[in-house]
Amino acid sequence: MTTQATRSQDAPALDAGVIAALGSGERPQPANAVRSSLTFGWRALLKIKHVPEQLFDVTMFPILFTLMFTYVFGGAIAGSTQDYLQYALPGILTQTVVFITMYTGLTINTDIDKGVFDRFRSLPVWRASLLVGALLGDTLRYCLASIMVLTVGVVIGYRAPGGVSGVLLAVLLLLVFCFSLSWLWLIVGLKVRTPNAVMGVSMMVLFPLTFISSVFAPPETMPSWLQKFVDINPVTLLCEAARGLMNGAADAGDITIVLVLSAVTTAVFAPIALRLYNRKS
Amino acid sequence: MDLAIETHDLVKVFGEQRAVDGVDLAIPTGGVYGVLGPNGAGKTTTIKMLATLLVPDGGTATVLGHDVAREPAKVRARVAMTGQFASLDEDLTGLENLVLLARLYGYSRPAAKARAVELLEAFGLGDAIKKQVKAYSGGMRRRIDIAGSIVVRPDLMFLDEPTTGLDPRSRNQVWEIVRGLVGAGTTVLLTTQYLEEADQLADRIAVIDHGRVIAEGTTGELKASVGSGAVHVRVADPASREEVARLLAESLGAEPVLESDRAAISLRVGDPSGVAAALHRVGERGLVISEYSLGQPSLDEVFLALTGRPAEDDAAGNDEEDAA
Repeated sequence: MTTQATRSQDAPALDAGVIAALGSGERPQPANAVRSSLTFGWRALLKIKHVPEQLFDVTMFPILFTLMFTYVFGGAIAGSTQDYLQYALPGILTQTVVFITMYTGLTINTDIDKGVFDRFRSLPVWRASLLVGALLGDTLRYCLASIMVLTVGVVIGYRAPGGVSGVLLAVLLLLVFCFSLSWLWLIVGLKVRTPNAVMGVSMMVLFPLTFISSVFAPPETMPSWLQKFVDINPVTLLCEAARGLMNGAADAGDITIVLVLSAVTTAVFAPIALRLYNRKS
Repeated sequence: MDLAIETHDLVKVFGEQRAVDGVDLAIPTGGVYGVLGPNGAGKTTTIKMLATLLVPDGGTATVLGHDVAREPAKVRARVAMTGQFASLDEDLTGLENLVLLARLYGYSRPAAKARAVELLEAFGLGDAIKKQVKAYSGGMRRRIDIAGSIVVRPDLMFLDEPTTGLDPRSRNQVWEIVRGLVGAGTTVLLTTQYLEEADQLADRIAVIDHGRVIAEGTTGELKASVGSGAVHVRVADPASREEVARLLAESLGAEPVLESDRAAISLRVGDPSGVAAALHRVGERGLVISEYSLGQPSLDEVFLALTGRPAEDDAAGNDEEDAA
């Protein structure tokens, strides 16, 4: 059936308002890189406000992990749950925060999926600010998760010999490392087709990386071939540096290695992520 | 002539598929330019290259005097786009979305809020300011998408199938907005699957199929190339259909098509002026016509005339969305 052309006169009278609104749009200078990044960070906060469920993993998993590992494995591994808690809490903190980095990839992939990605990319602002803003939002998640783990830990008896400053420095070190690792997840998020696949890939990498480390048990008890991997695993390095800070036995060597590692990771992955992002079709 | 968009031999390849296969366009400044074609013809891919979201694999494109490959930032500063692929953040409210965009365009915090409220009210969304966009109806979604594109009025706006899936009332609203935009001096490049939409809005049209421009001209020129339209007739008594068809064919000099509806006949005619006389002649023979209409050619008919085959909706079609 062909359609009959009817130049309609019955459209609601919104056009007068529209024309007025069109005329009144001034043309300011677009936001600079810092401001656009902060604005995208603000968007990440708004998303947390509207979809608080996304904080569920961030808050529930750390609590669950802390309790589970302390009371299930603690006695067997360290002789008493209290001794184990002293050993494992910095590790659980490390694992929790490192695990949350995968949400970076998930967020960007969901944006692409929904079509809002192209809108943002078509704006006259520094393109990478969407990514930087997302990383800023992630930082909030890392902080929340750290607070959860530490609170639960203190409630069930953890005391940090390194004091408040040691704990804060350890969290700061974790943030630096996770910021660099997030670039890798951005690459995954830009490359993989669906949010579910992003989860799958991230899990495959993160599970071995966090468990085959010194997070939950001292490597000395592991077979020597496994120890070789544990010793070079970046998560072990990070965990040991954080543990040192929290135990009041900060090791400048460990900390330096983590900082260098973070710098190298960023230097390698950030340009790749930005290039993929710019050329994403 | 002052050109808003000029492309030469523009090419984009996704794997094996040449999604855009040598497109030449010369789109004048001002007014609405329509790009007509079925799903997967390469419309969206072409727009994405012009909006600097995709890098062309071949050819050149100049938008508002800037080469899209060499000066993408200058292009982005003056264009905006709305469509199936450029929407808003569903989790945020309408207000938050527009404030976010206004902030990025450089408005101060209070000015961004004021501009967002002004736009939402102008687009009849004043009641939905604090609703999450995912709770919006289809028509509201399309309006706020467009509102997001005119926070700062662009010199050139890409509208990708702005009315696909909308009810007639929402569609009319979108058309009014487009006319308002043009009135304010914005050049609009509109893609559509509907000839009627192109006819209502566009000054010139390019028909795209399989990544190529297969026809270009004003709506009048395009329709003339197809024949001005189709006559659809329903007879009161299906038994008289063949005779009526024969009479109409004689008077109009066109081939009658007997449709699956046993009372319906349709004919493509070049000149509609003889239709009234032809119908009168049928009446003189005592044959009763219960219903008739003179319609524009549909996109299918345009395609049939231009390519000798019906518009394919899916063959090359859905791949484009996947690949893009």
